[in-house]
Amino acid sequence: MSTARVLVGTKKGAFILTADGKRQKWDVSGPHFAGWEMYHLKGSLVNPNRIYASQTSGWFGQIIQRSDDGGKTWFQPGTPPGEEKGPGGMPMGESNKFVYDASPETGKPLTTHQWYDGTQHPWEFKRVWHLEPSLTEADTVYAGVEDAALFVSRDGGQNWKELPGMRGHGTGPKWGPGAGGMGLHTILLDPKNHNRMYIAISAAGAFRTDDAGKTWKPINKGLHSTYIPDPDAEIGHCVHRIALHPSRPDVLFMQKHWDVLRTDNAGDQWREVSGNLPTDFGFVIDVHAHEPETIYVVPIKSDGEHFPLEGKLRVYRSRTGGNEWEALTKGLPQHDCYVNVLRDAMAVDSFDPCGVYFGTTGGQVYASADDGDSWAPIVRDLPAVYSVEVQTIP
Amino acid sequence: MIVVVLPAHLRTLARVQGDVELDVAAPVTVRSVLDALEARYPMLRGTIRDHVTLQRRPFLRFFACEEDLSLEPPDTPLPEVIVSGKEPFFIIGAIAGG
Repeated sequence: MSTARVLVGTKKGAFILTADGKRQKWDVSGPHFAGWEMYHLKGSLVNPNRIYASQTSGWFGQIIQRSDDGGKTWFQPGTPPGEEKGPGGMPMGESNKFVYDASPETGKPLTTHQWYDGTQHPWEFKRVWHLEPSLTEADTVYAGVEDAALFVSRDGGQNWKELPGMRGHGTGPKWGPGAGGMGLHTILLDPKNHNRMYIAISAAGAFRTDDAGKTWKPINKGLHSTYIPDPDAEIGHCVHRIALHPSRPDVLFMQKHWDVLRTDNAGDQWREVSGNLPTDFGFVIDVHAHEPETIYVVPIKSDGEHFPLEGKLRVYRSRTGGNEWEALTKGLPQHDCYVNVLRDAMAVDSFDPCGVYFGTTGGQVYASADDGDSWAPIVRDLPAVYSVEVQTIP
Repeated sequence: MIVVVLPAHLRTLARVQGDVELDVAAPVTVRSVLDALEARYPMLRGTIRDHVTLQRRPFLRFFACEEDLSLEPPDTPLPEVIVSGKEPFFIIGAIAGG
């Protein structure tokens, strides 16, 4: 029997929700890692029982956790399950170690970025925002971190190495932190071209590599941000999220700080498709699993008021790749709702009809099993939801 | 035998219950206790002090005999009652927030 498995990261732990393909009755397990901030969990497409998780704390720093049994048990990579310690092949705790490349060859010129006051500030690792497992190798996983950089592990999360071409391609000193920090929060892997990858940083913008991460270029033409000194600058845009459909990876959709945009040429040129949205501020954006021109956003009132307009929680769907949007309200609260939906907190499954999921800062995870036509909370009193991912398991 | 009291979250990470007992060769200092702790429980590396610089994480402090040793040089010898295990060495998470 097929299974939907929803991985939820929250401010105080992780939760795993499972249901069969009908997606009507859900079991909830958790909290896993109770009391810790769980920024993101994501499973491998190659081995769905392999799940990576980012566990973090202002007190104790960054921990990477891994499950090889679909989230039933967890361990820090390099620390085998059931072996807390061991002579000889003692695990060394390297899985928690994220050290920026400071080698003379690649790292030395990369040591500062722009601080809030305009001065230069050294890069300081804070946490892993996003984990993106490889589409072809279960042991390869990418990590987007704050302060913004891209790391990779090729041994299942035991050891991490920066891909310094990202941070060092030349514009790094112009990057500055957004209100939530300078995080590399989006990593998209091109399923048709394994040398191509897209990432996004708040508040630097979007970037692309065509050589598997060695070199990068900004892809922000067409973005217009009135809140920065040069609204059309190459760097400095507060990109909140990017999404693509695997069948058409040159087409990207973006939710920016303000504005919803699309590109049809892998980011070389963007155009706004906010159309009739009631507000084009927001964080999440995602694409229907089977309809590449069907996209979803959750409009948020403004950058100063991070909650839905008029207290009505509405998902907006466009079946035309943007510009023409319809409000989806059935099953969602339509009064007195003042939650936010954070950038990593929306996902789609691969069932037919497509399931759409999102989590709120009020602790609800809403799901639709009919392309977004109707919604229901599948759990409703969790800590603030940071991230939502879903696995479709045959 | 040195007795170390860990914050609850670090006990969970190390998969231990209660206090931790460690054999630490002389001279017993904050640095040597943390070295022994991380050797025995390597999953704690990076959670108490930085992986590379070995600086104490800002929201953690070290106490012994009701004294805050957090700002002492890490190679300062610890009191005899700590060395003998009569008193524990505390690693404490700051009460921060509101």
